[in-house]
Amino acid sequence: MKKFINAPEAVLAEALSGIAAAHPELKVDAENKVISRGDAGRRGKVALVSGGGSGHEPLHGGFVGLGMLDAACPGEVFTSPVPGQMLAAAQAVDGGAGVLFIVKNYTGDVLNFQMAAELAAEEGITVETVLVDDDVAVKDSTWTAGRRGTGATVFVEKIAGALAEQGAGLAAVAEMAKRVNAASRSFAVALTACTTPASGKPGFDLPEDEMEVGVGIHGEPGRRREKLRPAKEIVATALDAILTDQPLDTGDETIVMVNGLGGTPLIELYVVFNEVAAALADKGVVVARNLVGNYVTSLDMAGASLTVCRADADMLSLWDAPVNTPALRWGS
Amino acid sequence: MDASMFRAWIHEAARSVTKNADHLTRLDSAVGDADHGINMRRGLQAAVAMLDETRPSTPGAVLATVGRALISKTGGASGPLYGTGFRQAARTLGEDADVSAAQLGAALAAALTGIQRIGAALEGDKTMIDALSPAVTAYQAVIDTGGDLTNATRAASDAAARGLKQTAEMQARKGRASYLGARTIGHEDPGAASTVLILSALATICSAGERHADGNP
Repeated sequence: MKKFINAPEAVLAEALSGIAAAHPELKVDAENKVISRGDAGRRGKVALVSGGGSGHEPLHGGFVGLGMLDAACPGEVFTSPVPGQMLAAAQAVDGGAGVLFIVKNYTGDVLNFQMAAELAAEEGITVETVLVDDDVAVKDSTWTAGRRGTGATVFVEKIAGALAEQGAGLAAVAEMAKRVNAASRSFAVALTACTTPASGKPGFDLPEDEMEVGVGIHGEPGRRREKLRPAKEIVATALDAILTDQPLDTGDETIVMVNGLGGTPLIELYVVFNEVAAALADKGVVVARNLVGNYVTSLDMAGASLTVCRADADMLSLWDAPVNTPALRWGS
Repeated sequence: MDASMFRAWIHEAARSVTKNADHLTRLDSAVGDADHGINMRRGLQAAVAMLDETRPSTPGAVLATVGRALISKTGGASGPLYGTGFRQAARTLGEDADVSAAQLGAALAAALTGIQRIGAALEGDKTMIDALSPAVTAYQAVIDTGGDLTNATRAASDAAARGLKQTAEMQARKGRASYLGARTIGHEDPGAASTVLILSALATICSAGERHADGNP
């Protein structure tokens, strides 16, 4: 393992200090491990809090700021944060209009946020929770923990964040977050496993000429292994999985994200996006907005995920609203 | 069994989990996300630190402290699950300074119920329940036939170990391992493995407590 670290157990704390140094506009509570907006707690504004294991940067801390999250709680690498952390975040950002927890659907995140919501209620903070579960690689059945939350988290945080910024109430913001999640599907393919700083070894063995199809963002293996194929065919597999789950019609408008998992160069992500854009154009589907880059990573994993959101006019307008965070920034 | 024995149990559990942390993490990398050993070590070491600092004086207070520490320091699913288990066990023990073998059995059963309530796992789902549930049953069977604390905790630990072995043949239906479906078959469940370590630590302390007539290992 070759990594830029001082000690595996110090990675999270030192990265948080780095974020604080790089982004003086944010508040970093080193003790509770909470990153929040400099102006958090604005009266009457619904506050958005998300969090999850670290190792997915820029998710979630990189999305704290105007028009997106009010606070993020990073856990240890690939480990859900703890209830006390989430409670501290909720207390730091509540402006009296309530707090929306945006939770990726993983057992640990769900259980810890659930406990935090109970603690927050005891403190008199109104909390709504929205689960993100967009990964179609996992069958949503009684025999699994349900679909995983991945790329759609960025869409949910951006669009719901914009609505909250405009002054909408908690119920409306939660409703919009649910709509975006319901309209989004993702699928990922890994070319290599990732290595956590603590274990120092790749999470699984993947031969040089194979890929993991339907991989998760924590190094959990995917649903099957296949021989590596050209980008065009890999995109066809991913898009097929997404469109089988949520068919799109000619003329449908979408927001599409081609997301790198941490170890894939941007030039390859553009090769992937080129294929996605062509395949969707063939079907008459409109790519109204897009993101190409590293937004929901899995440490150093080489690979990419594709997220497609069928967006209505409200979503597109909220997508275009100003955002000013470390990782997403446009408008004014 | 008094507070000092309960504290000794948690010390022993922390020692054992720390020693086996790499093994737990290896099990977790086969079916999950390779952090179970690291998380459990962090959680139990925090529990020991909190016990050493606050020195709670009743068994119930010891277990409540452990539950709080696990929830606030472990992270992942294991923190809320084990934390809730210890807190529910603590509740059944009340403020008694010394608890009987039968009371400990009730506490273990309450832990099982609490964990199942929030985790919603059943036996056969390939989770810690597959170690804890047979352990609770085996413990109770020994008590019902007039056995003592040493025998009951040993039976619980042995039953948990057998349950753990059986998880290798199961397909995961809960937690992150469930995404892998049939690919989980052949691997022991890391949560069941940590449950075995915790219950085995209890058996170790109870048999040592019997050797030391003062119950103070």
